[in-house]
Amino acid sequence: MSRLRSTNAMILAGLAVLALLGVIAVAAPWIAPYDPEALDVMGVMGPPSLAHPFGLDVLGRDVLSRVLYSLRVSLLVSISAVAVATLLAVPLGLLAGYFGRWVDTAISRALDMMLVLPAMLMAITLIAILGPGSAVATLAIAMIYLPILARVMRTSTLVVTGLDYVAGSRARGASHLRVLVSHVAPNALGPVVVQASVLSAFALQLEAGLSFLGLGTQPPTPSLGGMLADGRDVLIQAPWVEIFPGLAIVIAVLAFTLLGEGLRRVFDPRGVAE
Amino acid sequence: MSVLSFTSVSVRFGGNTPAVNGVSLEVKPGEIFGIVGESGSGKSTLANAVMGLLPGTAQVAGSIAVNGREVLGLDEPSLRQIRGAEVAMIFQDASASLDPTWSVGDQIAETIRAHGPVRSAEAKARAIALMEEVGIPDAPRRYSDVPHRFSGGMRQRIVIAAAVANNPKLLIADEPTTALDVTLQAQVLALIDRLRRSHGTTVLLITHDLGVVAQVCDRVGVMYGGKLLEVASASDLFARPSHPYTRALLAANPAGAPRGSRLPVIPSEWSVESLPAAEASNG
Amino acid sequence: MSGQIAFILRRVALTLPTLFVMSLVVFLIIRLVPGDPVRTMLGFRATDANVAELRQQLGLDQSLFTQYVVWIGNLLHGDLGKDIVSHAPLSELLAQRLPVTFELTGLSMLLAVAFGVPLGVWAASGGKWVNRLTEGFVIFGIAIPDFWLGIMLVLVFTGILAVLPPTGYTPFLKNPLGNLRYMVLPVSTLAVGEAAYILRTTRGAVKAVLGRPFVTFLRAKGLSPRRILFGHVLRNAGPSIVTVIGIQVGVLLGGAIIVESLFALPGVGRLIVTGINQRNYPTVQVGVLAIATIFIVVSLITDLIVGWLDPRVADGAGT
Repeated sequence: MSRLRSTNAMILAGLAVLALLGVIAVAAPWIAPYDPEALDVMGVMGPPSLAHPFGLDVLGRDVLSRVLYSLRVSLLVSISAVAVATLLAVPLGLLAGYFGRWVDTAISRALDMMLVLPAMLMAITLIAILGPGSAVATLAIAMIYLPILARVMRTSTLVVTGLDYVAGSRARGASHLRVLVSHVAPNALGPVVVQASVLSAFALQLEAGLSFLGLGTQPPTPSLGGMLADGRDVLIQAPWVEIFPGLAIVIAVLAFTLLGEGLRRVFDPRGVAE
Repeated sequence: MSVLSFTSVSVRFGGNTPAVNGVSLEVKPGEIFGIVGESGSGKSTLANAVMGLLPGTAQVAGSIAVNGREVLGLDEPSLRQIRGAEVAMIFQDASASLDPTWSVGDQIAETIRAHGPVRSAEAKARAIALMEEVGIPDAPRRYSDVPHRFSGGMRQRIVIAAAVANNPKLLIADEPTTALDVTLQAQVLALIDRLRRSHGTTVLLITHDLGVVAQVCDRVGVMYGGKLLEVASASDLFARPSHPYTRALLAANPAGAPRGSRLPVIPSEWSVESLPAAEASNG
Repeated sequence: MSGQIAFILRRVALTLPTLFVMSLVVFLIIRLVPGDPVRTMLGFRATDANVAELRQQLGLDQSLFTQYVVWIGNLLHGDLGKDIVSHAPLSELLAQRLPVTFELTGLSMLLAVAFGVPLGVWAASGGKWVNRLTEGFVIFGIAIPDFWLGIMLVLVFTGILAVLPPTGYTPFLKNPLGNLRYMVLPVSTLAVGEAAYILRTTRGAVKAVLGRPFVTFLRAKGLSPRRILFGHVLRNAGPSIVTVIGIQVGVLLGGAIIVESLFALPGVGRLIVTGINQRNYPTVQVGVLAIATIFIVVSLITDLIVGWLDPRVADGAGT
């Protein structure tokens, strides 16, 4: 009973924080106190004050406004990367798990090949080829997560396909497509949703990391990783330039993690998602 | 002196209904004493109480004496001296009872070395002898094989060898044959019987299977709802069951039913309160 | 025993296709660049003659198949090509950079295992407050991005306490103590997240093994809790822990790319990032190749260790 309550609380808290961050991201132009590009030459590296709660950065830009604007690209990249990966992974995993045999072998081998490089290296390799930018970062993150999500979908499809009612509806003469769409897919999706939520947290970290290296979101678009890179050299003199963007990442990551953990308890009691 | 005696033993796990309720019983040296009952009757809880293997939430009252020595309330180090030395215990699923990463021989030798300064070469020699005694062919070579390379029946023999390695006075066997097919069941029961005769080991055999009772037990206690209902010699129990529950249990047993007849079902409305408990030492 | 050898051979044979695919990916890096990669590399002020020369030097004027065969042949002879900015042979560059990356990732993993495994065992067998404490560490260890943790560590240990240098590097062989002083912060930065993962895995694996029936039988044999834990439970939890450590080496190598840049450590990761910014494709290729090879070899080694720890894996019986 108390476990149930705490599960719901986790999901609600995760969703609430994410919704808040989402609203901030969308409404940034209206709620940000300053233009994120406006320079205050007199106030360079000014400490947090009433006028500038998070202080000013090395060029005299308002850190709070930049953090609010940065959430846009952070959330956009992480959520769309995971969404793209999920949209591709679901049919692949479904086909592999449901049909098995050579279909499974072909899909699984192809996915294995996408895992020959460690995730970060894979992202960087793609960026090396296509050039830096937030669109390429999104694509790179999606490619990293595609095989992981497809594997989860494949495993949970295997489990569901083995259940009696699936064999039963086939025996009653339903077509493969019908069985897949109306029986297998809806019941096999749970673990993928869980995994996608957990991966969104890592996607956000990854985007920030790439932008920190100068390989993700490019200036002048404000991004959390980019802010951290800009402030790196003045860390000791103006720590607020580094502290607040980092805290924003941690809060967003925790919200995704909380949501994922709560969803896991509801949708993936068997632990198919890693 | 009895090897094992229970006096008014009760076990509770928090709730109001005790898992074991006022059981008194004496097990005589050298006998195979069967405790028979359905799952949930408290028979395994009773067995685990002897070894001090109940979870920390269990409250045990009464007295359990092994060779005249009280074991309830002993601390862990003292219990460890008893476990595997004076009292051995084997469990239902032999495959799950063995560490899959250790060789079977080392798991037998481990029991020997846990209870006294024995050099590894000697422990190994004794383990091989035990493997031969329980009927593992080619024992010296198979000493270093891991469990999954043995069949289920062979694994149960190895578990028995590992349990009795220190020649315990009492062997508690909790459903030792439930996971095995009928042929293997008979072989494992014959092995337990043979060990009992050659080493004088007393055996407490926990089972839900009246066929097992009929095969090897000298005396039997019937448990239901945590109470010991009846204690009788095995032959008396089958010929003249005195308790109504026992009669129902016997009637529901396919081994004793006439061919072609419908098996009676034990009515679910048996209530523990309505059943008289067995006297402390009738037998 | 022969089963073990067959398992090792089978697993080694399995890495060959992986190495092949990886080499293809690395080979294609330069070939997949949209437009003319040589133009991109040299910039728009380069003459047509320069472009043609470099194209020929890189072998880009031949067929893809010939290019790959020549490239692989050169690699196998130790010829990794030249850095197009500094014109230094890449084999020399790699020889300088690899030890830094090895030291950084090796020490981080060592530290993470040294903390994560014992704490995980403790959490699995310990009481409520131990669990709460380690759970908090796990959640934050995973949620805090490593590069931001690194920045905060610099803020504390350089900015406030002034006990450690913020960035820089000196080779271990030249000045061991100075080297370690430079390494403390980057190594800790990488180790915290890893320790959290390893702790979580160890805790889960040990808890799962403690609940298995053979542990009850070991207690019934009269073994002490210490002996059961160290002789049996850890041995059985080992494969899961080693598997995760193997996977985390990949994460660690990825993290090293960022941390090397953050702390100005001259490792392979920084080589790659600088290479990308300079459109220095041959150098990027060699860096990616080096890290990917380490990753594949480490995966092989962890699988072999798992097979050795769990005889059922080597026998092909599954788990």
